[in-house]
Amino acid sequence: MSAQLQAKDFASSQEVRWCPGCGDYAVLKSVTKMLADVGAVPEKTVFVSGIGCSSRFPYYLETYGFHTIHGRAPAIATGLKLANPELDVWVVTGDGDGLSIGGNHLLHALRRNVGFKILLFNNEIYGLTKGQYSPTSRPGTRSPSTPGGSFDTPISPGAFAIGAGAKFIARAIDVDKVGLGAVLESAHGFDGASFVEIYQNCIVYNDGVFNSFTERENAANAQLRVEHGKPLVFGVDGSKGLAFDVKTLALKVVDAKASPSDVLVHDETNRTLAQLLVTMAQPEFPVALGVILRQPGQSFEKAFYARQPAKLTRTAKVADVMRQTSVWRVPAVK
Amino acid sequence: MESQSVVVRFAGDSGDGVQLIGTQFVAATALAGNDFATFPDYPAEIRAPAGTTFGVSAYQIHLGARPITTAGDAPHVLVAFNPAALKVNLPLIADGALIVLNIDSFTSRGLAKAGYEKDPRQSGALDGYQLIEVDITKHTLEATAPFGLSKSDAGRCKNFWALGLVQWMFNRDVATIEDWIGKKFAKDATIRDANLAALRAGHAYGETAELTAAVPHVGTGTAQFPPGEYRGVRGSEALALGLAAAGELADKPIMFCSYPITPASPLLHQLARWGNLGIGTFQAEDEIAAVCAAIGASFGGAIGITSSSGPGIALKTEAIGLAMNAELPLVVVDSQRGGPSTGLPTKTEQSDLYQAVYGRNADAPLPVLAARSPSDCFEVAIEAVRIAVRHMTPVILLTDGYLANAAEPWRLPNVDEIPRITVNAPPTGVTGEAVPAAIFNRDPETLGRPWVAPGMPNLMYRVGGLEKDLRTGNISYDAENHQAMTDLRAAKVASVAKFIPPQKVEIGPERGSLAVVGWGSTYGAIYQAVRAMSAKERVSHIHIRYLSPFPSNLGDLLRGFDRILVPEMNMGQLATLLRDKLGVETIQFNKVTGQPFLISELVQKIRSVLGAKPVVRAVQGERA
Repeated sequence: MSAQLQAKDFASSQEVRWCPGCGDYAVLKSVTKMLADVGAVPEKTVFVSGIGCSSRFPYYLETYGFHTIHGRAPAIATGLKLANPELDVWVVTGDGDGLSIGGNHLLHALRRNVGFKILLFNNEIYGLTKGQYSPTSRPGTRSPSTPGGSFDTPISPGAFAIGAGAKFIARAIDVDKVGLGAVLESAHGFDGASFVEIYQNCIVYNDGVFNSFTERENAANAQLRVEHGKPLVFGVDGSKGLAFDVKTLALKVVDAKASPSDVLVHDETNRTLAQLLVTMAQPEFPVALGVILRQPGQSFEKAFYARQPAKLTRTAKVADVMRQTSVWRVPAVK
Repeated sequence: MESQSVVVRFAGDSGDGVQLIGTQFVAATALAGNDFATFPDYPAEIRAPAGTTFGVSAYQIHLGARPITTAGDAPHVLVAFNPAALKVNLPLIADGALIVLNIDSFTSRGLAKAGYEKDPRQSGALDGYQLIEVDITKHTLEATAPFGLSKSDAGRCKNFWALGLVQWMFNRDVATIEDWIGKKFAKDATIRDANLAALRAGHAYGETAELTAAVPHVGTGTAQFPPGEYRGVRGSEALALGLAAAGELADKPIMFCSYPITPASPLLHQLARWGNLGIGTFQAEDEIAAVCAAIGASFGGAIGITSSSGPGIALKTEAIGLAMNAELPLVVVDSQRGGPSTGLPTKTEQSDLYQAVYGRNADAPLPVLAARSPSDCFEVAIEAVRIAVRHMTPVILLTDGYLANAAEPWRLPNVDEIPRITVNAPPTGVTGEAVPAAIFNRDPETLGRPWVAPGMPNLMYRVGGLEKDLRTGNISYDAENHQAMTDLRAAKVASVAKFIPPQKVEIGPERGSLAVVGWGSTYGAIYQAVRAMSAKERVSHIHIRYLSPFPSNLGDLLRGFDRILVPEMNMGQLATLLRDKLGVETIQFNKVTGQPFLISELVQKIRSVLGAKPVVRAVQGERA
């Protein structure tokens, strides 16, 4: 590798075909920048996606890419990672692809801790199929398939990941270059399955669905940027904090200035805290952003190769193995 | 009484260890120099209620001093551990067969559970058979008494007691079985010794009890076999070895990704032990994940293989289309079973041929092969991998429940003499705009593209399920291009015919009055049935390994016969395929009872077809 690669070096020659104003553009930009920043090697980097708007992602990157079938990207990436654990593998999925049709594969990739990064673009709607409600849509979402409003309980991607046994969970907002960039770098550095939920605005079918916490005027009071070892504070000048109410076994918002000792300190290795953080809901609570959980552990492919010669090399011959049983010889007739 | 061949069937409760002694009897048979074929016939329930007819498990062995190709029609010897086993198997056995009965279980309760109103020994139901009545359980408990086992643990040794007796009946000692027990139960000396004692006691019983029954003795002799090294092999073992050999021949790692399903799981179990042969195995969360992981591995440069049975293959269908569209090698092994839906999981059938050849959305042809015998699985596995990597395509390999579990002697091949599998090399010396075109620069003969995998410098490319430009691989919605790509996918599969051997006639003349045409595991039964015909009847056996595409001479070959009879364990799927692809009309002979064809029923059918007036067949021109 001669010169350090720039973000633009990771952009492919393909014309990007998302709707103008789509949040995906911002994510693509943050991803190419992150790849340059971490010194990614293009030929060792692979983006695997399923089906949906976000799944067009691999076509726009000058790395290896596999745009697969609906919901199955984690399964395909698992086979790829086992075949070649040296690859830097990214899975790009959405709320429909990853949590509806592909929920099972996402669950198992997370509990196995397969060493790839999962970027789940959550826009709470089906974009590519023209606007039906998704498993993360809020109750009452009016869509072509729910003209009277949806009535089923949505799933929280973060809670799903916790339940599946994920060891790395992070969140960011599509247009937040700094926050998203930091999260992507952390995800890249994690040895195991890293799960990143990106709040992505669908400008056509669900515009503004996250405004309550993404808009500049709401950000201070509605976003909690977590950082390991730092107090869980938010609000203007960090005036509010999160404390644990031992009577209700739940979080509560306290005045961080008045009772600073009550404010919890973020511990990204604490699963219980992570569970509480990912399930916080507006308006009572802010939305937690940043690296919520990071629990180092053995990755699936490391465990796999602890029981297998490296690189699937052969140490025995079929001709010998087929004879490891009772073998008899029939002599030639004279 | 000396016979050319004898059929022995062990039957008892699922938990009686019938399959275990069956396989041990086979190992001893092999060492005695006999040819053999086996048929494990077990219920879907793991441990159905003891003593009931639906819990009966059986293991049939056909052994002989002449070539054996099927597990045999009607057993000459039946060992029945309980009344239910007798009831289920009595209709199958030959007239005058020898029945060894474990009479301990012939209590009023045991008889009632089997649905016998009267004891068959008194009702006349067993007239015409030779009966050996033994208190197997009682004798086993006596033999194992010194080891202080519980009554139930001691009783569990009764399968080895029975095996000892059967070994004596066939004039064999028990030395090899003793060795095996010594190894199998090495960790528990008490269980080991109790089983050994039961085995020896059963053998001694035969010697001292002076059984008067005329045991059919089989001559031994190895002259029938071509010289060489032999072992016994089950279909699933031969298939596993074939896949491993293919990896070695291609010098590529293998990723075998599967989800447990009857009767395909033995392949996963076998390969899971062979990490030293360059095989990685992955038990996925479901059938779809299994095929997807295999495709991911193929994208990554390993030979991706998945395996299932009919219902699982149905789930994999969409992903198989992805492998086709992305032009990646993939082998899909289908161990067929009775269907539809869950059907008869443990019973054999050949009813996934339509699914293999036609069963995908859109115009999505792929090569389909079928193995015909346990040992044939080895060669067919290598062929499937060879076609997959040469043409960069998914391939379906059909086997079935019978083949997966049946065993036969196998003359060990010399792996060094098998032609290497050549992988389409990645392009070299291309950069920039020239890269995509080089990656999709297909071989004109095979239409297989270079196999480029992540990790290879300067060859980064993107591919997927969307239609792609014929030349560059970029997404293309162009109308003409889609036509061209569809034509290309069809031409690719058709091109396989240029690389496969012409269809040959197994036995009988090249032209004649009747061709009996089969595929898959019916091979042995059809072969023996046709062999039973006289030369002047001009009957031939043709057995098709390559089902899609067919060998290019198949149409002409079939037109050389007045009539074509197609016996199949389905309702006429090969018959449809022959009509569709070759315009050939056939006479169907279909059986979906979950049991393989009997030679006798095929002989009868052939005779009835020969006796009928020849039908004038409409022979159309060959269709592409």
